[in-house]
Amino acid sequence: MSERVVRIAAPLVVGAAFLLLWEWVVAAEQIPPYILPPPSLIAASLWTDGPSLLGSLLVTLRVTLAALAAAALIGGAIALLFSVSRAVELSFFPYAVMLQVTPVVAIAPLIIIWVHTPFLAMLVCAWIVAFFPIVSNTTVGLNSADRNLLALFRLYGASPVKTMWLLRLPTALPYFLAGLRISGGLALIGAVVAEFVAGTGGTETGLAFRILEAGYRLAVPRLFAALFLLSLTGIVIYLALDLVSRLILRRWHESARTGADE
Amino acid sequence: MEALRGIDLAVSRGEFVSLVGPSGCGKSTLLRIVAGLSEPSAGTCRLGISRASGRIGFVFQDPTLMPWSTVAGNVLLPFRIAGAVDAAARERVAAAIEAVGLGGFERAYPHQLSGGMRMRVSLARALVTEPDLLLLDEPFAALDEITRHALNDDLLTLWRRHRPTILFVTHSVYESVYLSTRIAVLTRRPGRIAAELAVRLPHERERSLRSGPAYAAMCDEVSAALARAMAADAPP
Repeated sequence: MSERVVRIAAPLVVGAAFLLLWEWVVAAEQIPPYILPPPSLIAASLWTDGPSLLGSLLVTLRVTLAALAAAALIGGAIALLFSVSRAVELSFFPYAVMLQVTPVVAIAPLIIIWVHTPFLAMLVCAWIVAFFPIVSNTTVGLNSADRNLLALFRLYGASPVKTMWLLRLPTALPYFLAGLRISGGLALIGAVVAEFVAGTGGTETGLAFRILEAGYRLAVPRLFAALFLLSLTGIVIYLALDLVSRLILRRWHESARTGADE
Repeated sequence: MEALRGIDLAVSRGEFVSLVGPSGCGKSTLLRIVAGLSEPSAGTCRLGISRASGRIGFVFQDPTLMPWSTVAGNVLLPFRIAGAVDAAARERVAAAIEAVGLGGFERAYPHQLSGGMRMRVSLARALVTEPDLLLLDEPFAALDEITRHALNDDLLTLWRRHRPTILFVTHSVYESVYLSTRIAVLTRRPGRIAAELAVRLPHERERSLRSGPAYAAMCDEVSAALARAMAADAPP
């Protein structure tokens, strides 16, 4: 069997075995569905509640993707500023760290008070969680240009702008993309946390709020169905960003090269 | 930290001068000062040529290529920095790649090339502006002997074509004798010039020279000078 088949088949086998075991334990122990529903019941709930859950997923996804885009743009710009001026980096980096280590659940109520548009409030929450990996990764990348290449650029009289454009930015690209992959997952977490705190924003109800609601009503199969959709979304976001990163870097970066190239 | 002391070396236009010395004797520092990348803490370095962009070429011990750029993109770099990418520049890039024997590899990426080929790209980039002064910092030290000999011959061919002044740093006595018109022997750090020897060998150098008695005698002479320099400066 080729490595590729194993890579796809092995996790699938483990997953199927786990689901079968789950189904069997629930039946054998006669666990009520409001404590732990069997996978079959969750699948049924996913089928019946699917359309309305997908609508909610779209709401959450919109916040997530907007936050990720904002994190990439603003995070990239902050990193650029940090790399241009050491003084700016030294002065502001601790505050970026502070924003990162303060749990977003703790700041979310404040943000929701300050920002009146629910969508914007959630966007800010998710952005706060998502921007840091991009800033820190890209800053490292912008500062890791090869020393000899930097010397060469000086020898040829390159302006700071030229050095940035031709040397520092390409060097930083793999770092930025690695940060983006981390931020993708974090943006989703941020969006979910924001929804938990903010509750429903009128007619638009996100997936996280549906989880809360299902919990209150002891509609545990639906809760699991929503949870399943949420992790599926996280995986898809990661895979999509991974693919983007590979496509951009495939010609030259070690991380994107397969063994067959060598 | 003092890397050099008492470097008194005059190099004429079109000469091929090798700097031979033990590792860490400040040879690289000397090249950086000549290139204008470092300031000497004392003394002066006067150049009879301009330090304008492209008048000096530099080859490092590592090929120092941009991994995201093709061979042609890497060789084009001096022109991109100068903002002078035009048809003429592209023609010179193609010619420089051809001159180092990499014709047909223009669109390859550095990771697809062998160590020797990467060093050829580095040479092509240094030569593409037809510099007046070429500084080479142990460029072939990391290569196997067969590749090194091939690149030695190619470097000589390229030098004869445009006759840039060359300062070549190496710790190989054999390499320095084969390549240069003059050899400066440096002592341990802080490096100073212990001896200067003119290489009394025919200008046209071929592989057969390596096995001849004149070459062996010249190598012996430089080795002896190097040994004297090391002994005189032996650490207490």
